Amino acid sequence: MKRLAALLLAILFALDAGARDSDPSESIYRLDAHLVDQAGRAQGLDLYRGAPVLIAMFYGSCQATCPLIIDTLRSTERGLSPEQRARLRVLMISFDPDRDTPKALAQIAATRRIDTSRWALATADANTVRDIAALLDVQYRRLPSGEFSHSAVITVLSPRGEIVARSSKLGRADPLLLDAVR
Amino acid sequence: MRVHAVVAVLLIGVAAAAPAATLASDRATVAGATFESILPPAPGVKVATVPTFELDRTPVTNAQFAEFVAADPRWRRDRVARVFADAGYLLHWSSATQPARGTGRQPVTQVSWFAAQAYCAAQGAHLPTWHQWEWVAAASPTLRDARKDDAWRQTILDWYARPAGPTLPDVGQGEPNVYGVRDVHGLVWEWVLDLGSMMVSGDNREQGDPDLTKFCGSGALSLEQKDNYAMLMRIATLSSMKATYTSKTMGFRCAAGPE
Repeated sequence: MKRLAALLLAILFALDAGARDSDPSESIYRLDAHLVDQAGRAQGLDLYRGAPVLIAMFYGSCQATCPLIIDTLRSTERGLSPEQRARLRVLMISFDPDRDTPKALAQIAATRRIDTSRWALATADANTVRDIAALLDVQYRRLPSGEFSHSAVITVLSPRGEIVARSSKLGRADPLLLDAVR
Repeated sequence: MRVHAVVAVLLIGVAAAAPAATLASDRATVAGATFESILPPAPGVKVATVPTFELDRTPVTNAQFAEFVAADPRWRRDRVARVFADAGYLLHWSSATQPARGTGRQPVTQVSWFAAQAYCAAQGAHLPTWHQWEWVAAASPTLRDARKDDAWRQTILDWYARPAGPTLPDVGQGEPNVYGVRDVHGLVWEWVLDLGSMMVSGDNREQGDPDLTKFCGSGALSLEQKDNYAMLMRIATLSSMKATYTSKTMGFRCAAGPE
């Protein structure tokens, strides 16, 4: 009887609240987000659940800041020990669902020699992009030209999706991020 | 096994009771327009275009929001994830499901952007964009664009100068504008969909050259119409808010149609 009650509770909990509700209240993995990665695979925002994650937003056709974001993510990785680096995952989410198709993202990954066993480039519909940007406190605006104006923010997530550090510094690795990943 | 079936039926019952029909609100049609915005779409582009859309005639009330919370308990104040709303979320209600007695017709406030957007999405709608809201806010009872009407502008500014009372008035008491939309001015601040687009806050300028260092693209926008104080206050208020913040004077209404 006790077991049955526990089972019922478990079912109710799982169905009523969804699996995401077992995440901490501050976890961005609470967002029911549908992403598609550079390989065309459907993913959640929590695709790297269980690992510390560097997460940033960008768009592929951007000439100025976005290549710098990739460079900064790389610098941050290089500031870690090989063991720490092996554990870390990197997620880049595009503002631009129209142009950053999985194919275009795969092209960027190839051109920039991104290790897609530990990094993912992902696209999502405009509503999801808006929600993720709000969670990460990233400001962005689609310009009439189709370009995007946006703030460059790199965020460190805990293995359960809590924001533990964020930085707007581009170029060299921000010690704040390194400490948070370690 | 039988218990499983009962649970399943109960859950289906709950799911079926959730549709948004009861939340449906009365919306006015706002004809599409091209106008000079206080928040230009891009540097060098002053004119914004909004396609025809529909907008709630009044801000969402406590009673309406209580229906939503009952249908989607994830948005109860005792269950909401902190990542979607701060600790002030619906704190003024008398319980997790009930507004304080007598406040049902008052605009709901102390709701985060995420909660407001979830409410609108539950009705197949969305928060109005800044440009949609700005265009409706330009209308007087007789003109679609009354921004050059000094008397009307003064009426709006008088509201901002008036100290707020201990409780909010009910919705729908303001004079309807030319579309039949009420309380755009004079009641509460209102969330907009593109909250994260208002790149005019001070922290955008914390680095020497935002165009090169912090922003990809053309950087922070500059404001136009610097004499339009009422709108500037709106922008200042919105750009100081984050999506999880709640405030005793920040409410919202929903829009339908193209964004």
